[in-house]
Amino acid sequence: MNQWKNFSKGFLKENPILVLVLGTCPTLATTSSAINGIGMGLATTFVLFSSNAAIASVARIIPDKVRIPAYIIIIATFVTIVDLLMKAYTGDLYDKLGIFIPLIVVNCIVLGRAEAFANKNSVGASAIDGLGMGLGFTMALGVLGGLRELLGAFSLLDYKFVDRDGILLFILAPGAFITLGYLIALVNKINKK
Amino acid sequence: MEYITIIIAAVFVNNVVLSQFLGICPFLGVSNKISTALGMIGAVTFVIVLATLVTYMIQTFLLKPLDIEYMRTITYILVIAALVQMVEIILKKVSPPLFAALGIFLPLITTNCAVLGVTLLVVVKDYNMVQSMVYALFTSIGFGLALLIFAGIREQMEMSNIPKAMQGTPIALVTAGILAMAFMGFAGLV
Repeated sequence: MNQWKNFSKGFLKENPILVLVLGTCPTLATTSSAINGIGMGLATTFVLFSSNAAIASVARIIPDKVRIPAYIIIIATFVTIVDLLMKAYTGDLYDKLGIFIPLIVVNCIVLGRAEAFANKNSVGASAIDGLGMGLGFTMALGVLGGLRELLGAFSLLDYKFVDRDGILLFILAPGAFITLGYLIALVNKINKK
Repeated sequence: MEYITIIIAAVFVNNVVLSQFLGICPFLGVSNKISTALGMIGAVTFVIVLATLVTYMIQTFLLKPLDIEYMRTITYILVIAALVQMVEIILKKVSPPLFAALGIFLPLITTNCAVLGVTLLVVVKDYNMVQSMVYALFTSIGFGLALLIFAGIREQMEMSNIPKAMQGTPIALVTAGILAMAFMGFAGLV
């Protein structure tokens, strides 16, 4: 397969959030601002990239029957690495994302890519697939976080446009559901044309 | 009194789906029909309560004394995966129709973030054993409540006329948003 196509499919055509609707929990929970969303996205990208590469390299040795538990352990290892790294270097963001960092283990996208792509493709292709999917995920999280921050606080990346309180609803839980709903509807509309 | 606070907070105020965003996948996936939703709730409740008990033991008697708490994520997910496998085997024997109806969502309980989420949250909240069990049970009940209300609304929605781009996931998410708004009304209780 063309490597560029392999990389870029994660952004629009097979975007994990906006088209496949996988991994909705961290998407909704961590996008109260653009920075949080992007931070979460990058952490997930690292896990996706490394676990895809690792799984592709050992997929042939793992017996078929125990492959899912084996994949989960590989993924959990990388999640622990991210968890410890973020705890050491990004204290503030780490506190905000809270339990959603260890919860990357159960993000359907990571296991989904392992099962759908990494176990039957080469190490290089799987790494590119992981990177593309991860960045597509990050992009969607950034857009959603940006929109919510814009509507909820009238600011973007902590830069305040209007010196007024925003529509608080969009920062709170209901805003997450509603904004993502309309965003997916928009993508549906564009993809159908 | 302390337990009543935990119960009300777990079911209503900090509802696991609508305000903590855990377990959204099954929430959107199996809430098309009330009967499937009930089966899912049963399986999830069982796994959450049992997983919390087992992981609590592991945390107190293994990880903490040995000072290897960074192994938490890996051990917890293994325990949960094993429990789900067990539930699958039991259900296959006891109720084949329910097993068939739950289909793919049964193995997916492993990747249901509500399960791992609750087991991690009781560590963060520093609950003792009884508190953890109460919290786990009533979080599952909160999950069930949200799922049932949502399944009821979606059964009604099948008959309504929805714009093409909004059909499926988008309308479900917007509905969930409105439901979350309703649950915010409980915020003053605790």
